[in-house]
Amino acid sequence: MYSLLSTQNLSASFGSTQVLKNIQMDFDEFTVSAIIGPSGCGKSTFIRCLNRLHEEVAEASATGKVLLQGHDIYASDVDPVAIRRKIGMVFQKPNPFPSLSIFDNVAIGLKLAGVRRGAILRETVERSLKLAALWEEVKDKLNSQGTSLSGGQQQRLCIARALAVEPSVLLMDEPTSALDPISTAKIEELMTELKKTVTIVIVTHNMQQAARISDKTAFFLLGEMIEYGETSELFTAPKDQRTERYITGRFG
Amino acid sequence: MRFKLNRKKREVHLGDRVFAFILKVPSVALVLLLVSIAYYLFRNALPVIHKQGWSFVTTSVWDPVNDVYGALPVVYGTVVSSFIAILISTPLSVGVALFLTEIAPTRVGRVVGFLVEMLAAIPSVVYGLWGIFVLAPWLRTTVEPFLAKTMGFLPFFQGAPYGVGMLAAGIILAIMITPTISSISREIFNAIPRVQREAALALGSTRWEMMRLSVLQSARRGIIGAVILGLGRALGETMAVTMLIGNRHEVSASLFAPGSTMASIIANEYAEATSDVHVAALVEVGLLLFAVTFVINSLARLFISRGFRWGAPSNSPGGAK
Repeated sequence: MYSLLSTQNLSASFGSTQVLKNIQMDFDEFTVSAIIGPSGCGKSTFIRCLNRLHEEVAEASATGKVLLQGHDIYASDVDPVAIRRKIGMVFQKPNPFPSLSIFDNVAIGLKLAGVRRGAILRETVERSLKLAALWEEVKDKLNSQGTSLSGGQQQRLCIARALAVEPSVLLMDEPTSALDPISTAKIEELMTELKKTVTIVIVTHNMQQAARISDKTAFFLLGEMIEYGETSELFTAPKDQRTERYITGRFG
Repeated sequence: MRFKLNRKKREVHLGDRVFAFILKVPSVALVLLLVSIAYYLFRNALPVIHKQGWSFVTTSVWDPVNDVYGALPVVYGTVVSSFIAILISTPLSVGVALFLTEIAPTRVGRVVGFLVEMLAAIPSVVYGLWGIFVLAPWLRTTVEPFLAKTMGFLPFFQGAPYGVGMLAAGIILAIMITPTISSISREIFNAIPRVQREAALALGSTRWEMMRLSVLQSARRGIIGAVILGLGRALGETMAVTMLIGNRHEVSASLFAPGSTMASIIANEYAEATSDVHVAALVEVGLLLFAVTFVINSLARLFISRGFRWGAPSNSPGGAK
């Protein structure tokens, strides 16, 4: 029995600096897993290894395995483009395509995958925007620029964009760190809804956020995974002393 | 209580006042210089403006012996040679800029980028020499016969292959403006944030799709600005064009035929112009050229300043990745 997504001995480096050391993790289907840790602990690099975005950075390298449904996505015959359609990503800063309309921002993933039929595109755009809880706010201005929306709306637009290609995993790299508390609350609410259809791995700087939304939480420190377990346990009865010191705010 | 900012009162220290004055003098002087050049050109062109009026730009006969001047062929030559240059240089320059920013390893990009920009440092007259000894013979023996054979049904590619002519001038201009267009395009591509490219990649786009979606589409306006700036340079380029265009005062559809441009006719005739009207005619050509390049450069400024300002303000917060 495989987990949907798992890593084996995953290490990553920038040039000669190793930033991730032998990470072993499993992510179960339809769960939210949070990764917490101080800045520079490698948590962003970790999820960027999961959709092979890490390798797009100059001088970046990774070793080990990342298994999606049991298949290594780093195998030599695997096309990273195909992997990224199955494992979507939402970034720290909302980054809708500035030259595209709201509609096209959501439809672009399908268009890249070769879908041309207008009816399918319209249907998918509506469904994705509804999933991202943005439909009601934008349904009358689908042709305006994506960048004309507020920061929180832009981030939900990016979520809709990622969902449109129906990925099985959604990676979120501090998706609310650039947003105000109300937009943050909306996106957190959204995530509990989304995990019915997609498996979420979220990196967050905010421990309360991890505690509120995730089923499992991992604590990273200096490129190592210190502890990984049920969120309720990790926050109430951490096994490792370093985890305890971090969550009680004594460092980081 | 409201405060009004009083600029005069701000510089209360004597040193500041002196310094502000020192800075102000050359700024004002440069603006005055621009205005005075325009005025000088206009005033010295008056004899021919009075004599010929609009026929100066609508007729083709240029006859200094009888003091009849029609500048249409040189306007045509300038426009056509610059247009050929833009047509060749734009895809080339954007391609080079894309290669340097998106494909080449950083170090290679830096070295090649430097060398491409060095093309801009080669003196115009050296381009002209190269054009006469290498480009024109090659055009005459190889390129023009080939074009005549394959696309000779078009009026642009008919007639005797001289080598020296409109096509040669256009090609040399294309090479000369490539550094301008490619280095500005490169700056614009570099100004597009990483997250924009990653947005496309994370969605499952190939490298080319990412370039189209995140780089070219965002940079559209900026590229247009860069092209217009290159065009401004091509319009005014004198030496290399004068050496390669053949200098015949005639409007000809064929690109193989010799022609002349506004800049080249001034360079060729000013030293020999004896009658006042002839001098005035050349000055008016200069005035036209000045006006055209001024307008073109203003347009470029407008496009580039908007091209750089991309995305909404809400895009800005957050740390770098």
